Amino acid sequence: MTVKLDIKLQRNKFLLNVKLKAPPGVTVIFGPSGSGKTTLLRVISGLETATQGDVSIDGVNLLGVPPHRRAVGYVFQEPRLFPHLNVLGNLKFPQRMSRGFGLQSLGEVIDLLELEPLLHCYPNVLSGGEAQRIALGRALVSNPKCLCLDEPLSALDQALKERILPYLERLKDKIQIPILYVTHDAAEMARLADNIVLMRNGSNVLSGLVDDVLSDPTAVPFLGVRSAGTVVSARVMPRDPISGLAVVSFAGGKLFLPELLQQEGSIIRIRIPAQDIILALRKPKEISALNILSGQISRIHQGQGPGVMVQFKVGKTLFLARLTQYSATRMDLKKGQNIFAIIKVSAFDPAGIGT
Amino acid sequence: MSWISFSSVELQAVTLSLWVAMVSVILSLPAAIAVAHLLARKQFWGHSFLNALVHLPLVLPPVVTGYVLLVAFGRKGIFGPVLEAFGLQLAFTSAGAALAAAVMAFPLIVRSIRLAIEAVDPELEEAASTLGASPLFIFFYVTLPLILPGILAGSVVGFAKALGEFGATITFVSNIPGETQTIASAIYSLLQVPGREFSVLRMIGVSIFLSFGALIISEFLARKMVRR
Repeated sequence: MTVKLDIKLQRNKFLLNVKLKAPPGVTVIFGPSGSGKTTLLRVISGLETATQGDVSIDGVNLLGVPPHRRAVGYVFQEPRLFPHLNVLGNLKFPQRMSRGFGLQSLGEVIDLLELEPLLHCYPNVLSGGEAQRIALGRALVSNPKCLCLDEPLSALDQALKERILPYLERLKDKIQIPILYVTHDAAEMARLADNIVLMRNGSNVLSGLVDDVLSDPTAVPFLGVRSAGTVVSARVMPRDPISGLAVVSFAGGKLFLPELLQQEGSIIRIRIPAQDIILALRKPKEISALNILSGQISRIHQGQGPGVMVQFKVGKTLFLARLTQYSATRMDLKKGQNIFAIIKVSAFDPAGIGT
Repeated sequence: MSWISFSSVELQAVTLSLWVAMVSVILSLPAAIAVAHLLARKQFWGHSFLNALVHLPLVLPPVVTGYVLLVAFGRKGIFGPVLEAFGLQLAFTSAGAALAAAVMAFPLIVRSIRLAIEAVDPELEEAASTLGASPLFIFFYVTLPLILPGILAGSVVGFAKALGEFGATITFVSNIPGETQTIASAIYSLLQVPGREFSVLRMIGVSIFLSFGALIISEFLARKMVRR
């Protein structure tokens, strides 16, 4: 199943003008507030009418079809659970309308999101994280052809986010439908995205596969310098016997990491923020940092601010480092040059590490 | 004869009043829910006109409302011949008393239900639509259960109003003992006759008891709604 859209929606002075294709998997829609991310999801789900253009799932045009006949699941920023129904009642609500396709059974959803102990609670006694998990489950029970998640974690604190993200990661492996995920959190994006769509002022300015977009220095202005950074896929190796640190190997080398929750042998995704990488021309000795990677500069991008984005390759893996323009000039960095990249072990934010 | 025992005329007035109040509330509920939903959720041409029309019986002198009913539904009124064709007579009958009470209670019932509907978050209805629920389904399975306390509270207030209705009732259906004489009009008649103080007191006692009970029930339901 693939969602395709090519839409225009004028509202007062704001123009939403988006053309995109979302294949099965997670497409993260990233952008500052006011860039039209939520409106885009509302157009897809049919909550926003007065749209021109095409919205289709698998070639079936949806424009003009009311929301209840679109089979587009939606999880809002707030859980929006029905207060007069208990958790089970909320989960069963979509079942009363028999939508006749690819049944995702109630039991499967309850298992996947571990909702069993909550089934007989009423929404007013649930925590924010529990309520949002139920909202997600309820959307899944409706057997959607496409799932829209509108900043589902934004109302939760960091600790709660950490507890829900693994559910989303599991969900993503389990269901083969397009999931459109709106967020402005780079760590969430890095953990969940298969594809990225960058939004600015109502238009999608850049879209593509997660690795391509995140390693593209020209995407940085749209991500924000603090959100810039690549995602590295790596395999968890046996713990280093001397230092006791966790070790992962990626296409290009090894990295030392602080504590890891994932099991040995599993593949994880690690976000490495561009601002946490130091570049050196010679291999540094007598330095506290443990991760020293040898790489080659593949691209240098001059931004509008005081910074420079340097893209370099370690083996087959692309990294981004953010330096000041002064450093880049002083070091006389050029494309093709060999450099050493230094990453502190403690630079790895556990929030940016997922499966 | 003890001063506390009711005469048959008094008893008839009490049972008629209860019957009239019950029937008027039951009959006006579906329309009240529809009108309240329309006023709370829909934007349309004539919105404020409908709103004013619904509230008119609340501000008009009841005698005027009664007279309008007589002009409309009296035997020689505008709809009189139509009603007669169906074998229905409203003026000077207990059915007419129920109609008068319903018209007078209607604004109060609509008001209460409308407030309840406005308290329902439209975002819940939106969420329901993304789960595959049609507008009709949403109304019956999301909106209606959520406004149930408001409907009950409105019914109780409407019931109390209908119970005490006097002006429109006496104008439209007169004051015939055993036929159209309610508690209120019975008290009015009894006050005209000297020496019927105990009778008046008994009817007043019943009035206070019923109205007070209705208000307490309504308050209880309203509080229950707020707690959700």
